[in-house]
Amino acid sequence: MSELETMLEDPQVLRELIMDHYKYPHNHSLTEDMKYRKVHMSSDSCIDDITVQSDIENGVIKDIRFDGVACTISTASTSIMSDLLKGKTIEEAKAIVDQYMNMIDGKEYDPSVLEEAVAMKNVYKQANRIKCATIGWKAIRQMIEESEAEHE
Amino acid sequence: MIDVQTIRQDFPMLKNNPDLIYFDNGATTLKPQCVIDAVTSFYTHHTSNVHRGDYAIAAQNDALYDGARESFAKLLNCGAKEIVFTHNASASMNQVAYGLAHGFLKKGDVILTTEAEHASDLLPWYRLKEEYGIEIRYLPMDAQANLDLEAAKQCFTPEVKAVAAAMVTNVLGSILPIRELTALAHENGALMIVDGAQAVPHMKVDVQEIGMDFLVFSAHKMCGPDGVGILYGKYDLLERMEPVFMGGDMNARFQKAGTYELKHAPGKFEAGTPNIEGVIGAAAGCEYLMKIGLDNIHAYEKQLRAYFLEQMSKLDNIVIYNPDNEYGPITFNAEGVFSQDAAGYLASRNIAVRSGNHCAKVLHEILGTDSTIRASFYFYNTIEEVDRFVSAAADITLENAIGIFF
Repeated sequence: MSELETMLEDPQVLRELIMDHYKYPHNHSLTEDMKYRKVHMSSDSCIDDITVQSDIENGVIKDIRFDGVACTISTASTSIMSDLLKGKTIEEAKAIVDQYMNMIDGKEYDPSVLEEAVAMKNVYKQANRIKCATIGWKAIRQMIEESEAEHE
Repeated sequence: MIDVQTIRQDFPMLKNNPDLIYFDNGATTLKPQCVIDAVTSFYTHHTSNVHRGDYAIAAQNDALYDGARESFAKLLNCGAKEIVFTHNASASMNQVAYGLAHGFLKKGDVILTTEAEHASDLLPWYRLKEEYGIEIRYLPMDAQANLDLEAAKQCFTPEVKAVAAAMVTNVLGSILPIRELTALAHENGALMIVDGAQAVPHMKVDVQEIGMDFLVFSAHKMCGPDGVGILYGKYDLLERMEPVFMGGDMNARFQKAGTYELKHAPGKFEAGTPNIEGVIGAAAGCEYLMKIGLDNIHAYEKQLRAYFLEQMSKLDNIVIYNPDNEYGPITFNAEGVFSQDAAGYLASRNIAVRSGNHCAKVLHEILGTDSTIRASFYFYNTIEEVDRFVSAAADITLENAIGIFF
């Protein structure tokens, strides 16, 4: 187990990770740049209302941004996602999203590819918060699928 | 006034969840045993359809179903045939909106409403705007959703043909001066439509004294089963009004040429087999509330709220949005904690509240916050529960809210 993986076993570390990403979310501003794709996520839940943008070029996710009104779990999970998937190929990203969704569903998953996203590993115990933990991840998945459909 | 410990014995939910603090009564209320028995007995002892059978059990159900109108008529001080059963308050409001659009209002007419309304008292009007060119205007309100009657007077132009407002707003619990507003509407030739969903369960609402033309509310917020809405309408207006739904039981006769004659109100508004168990249960709930006394319920809730407010006001981490209202829910946030996270923390302490925008999505423009926590009471809640709630509220911090996941 790497040093990072050991650290990510510690509940206190995970709690602080969520808190940090909530208070100081990464990639937390939208751009007017027309080359970005955009998904507005609000219909799934009564409260969360976030927009996620991505720049996907030649099968690589070059940038991810987001903004909006959301709870700690939505904000932190989307912030972590934006760090984790930026720079990945869409194949890599899809594999990571699959592992993340497995974790959120309480299924078997590979923590090594999820890095900080393992902070969300207990969310499946609070069924009403699963939507929060997946809102940003569903947005990027949708944009990956759109980009694939356009290049087929 | 109210013997709350005795009352609590009537509620199986409280007995079966001794540690639960249920402060989500604005969303729905718990059911007393008599309501559960009334519903169960319909299936175990006297199942049948209504208005169709020539046997004793069917006649018994006709008497129970139509007799339920008598219970609500007594509650509201109106005639039994002025009580229509629908499926919920939204369905009742949609019936009124549809009815107004067909025969009452014309393009360019204006409906006055408020920014504190629940979705069920806005979206039906938004559709009238979209489909029939009816205009919507908002009555001015302050930051605690209280209506300024003098300012409201200025809103009545000749195009105003209807006013729709909640008697008690669902987020802040502000009590609108409905009687005065009704008088104002009538002086200006407008109809008055009242959303009573958060009022009728908690206080005496006398439709003759207030004089509104229509009143909608739902049974499940007043100890009754889900799936039953009540629509009160002045009888001559109900007779003039077109029903939304066409079908069984609501017609008097029809011919293959496509001609038909409908029943009189209230029957013409109740197409198809109704929610018979629900209506019978709703009547049991209505009788139960009248036995306790709506004035007693109101006085007890006011007292409980005053104590709750006093205790909550002592907490440094809590911002209360409706401190000056003397009635209804306490609507608040914990500083630096998103409402849903705070509600999640309270849930970890076995407390049920509602977080979010409470289906009043335009209200945040008045409140200046996107979402809040609403703690709403009923007559079976206690001072002890308030104390436990306040001590949990004192512990709402971002760290604790995230801590529930570990």
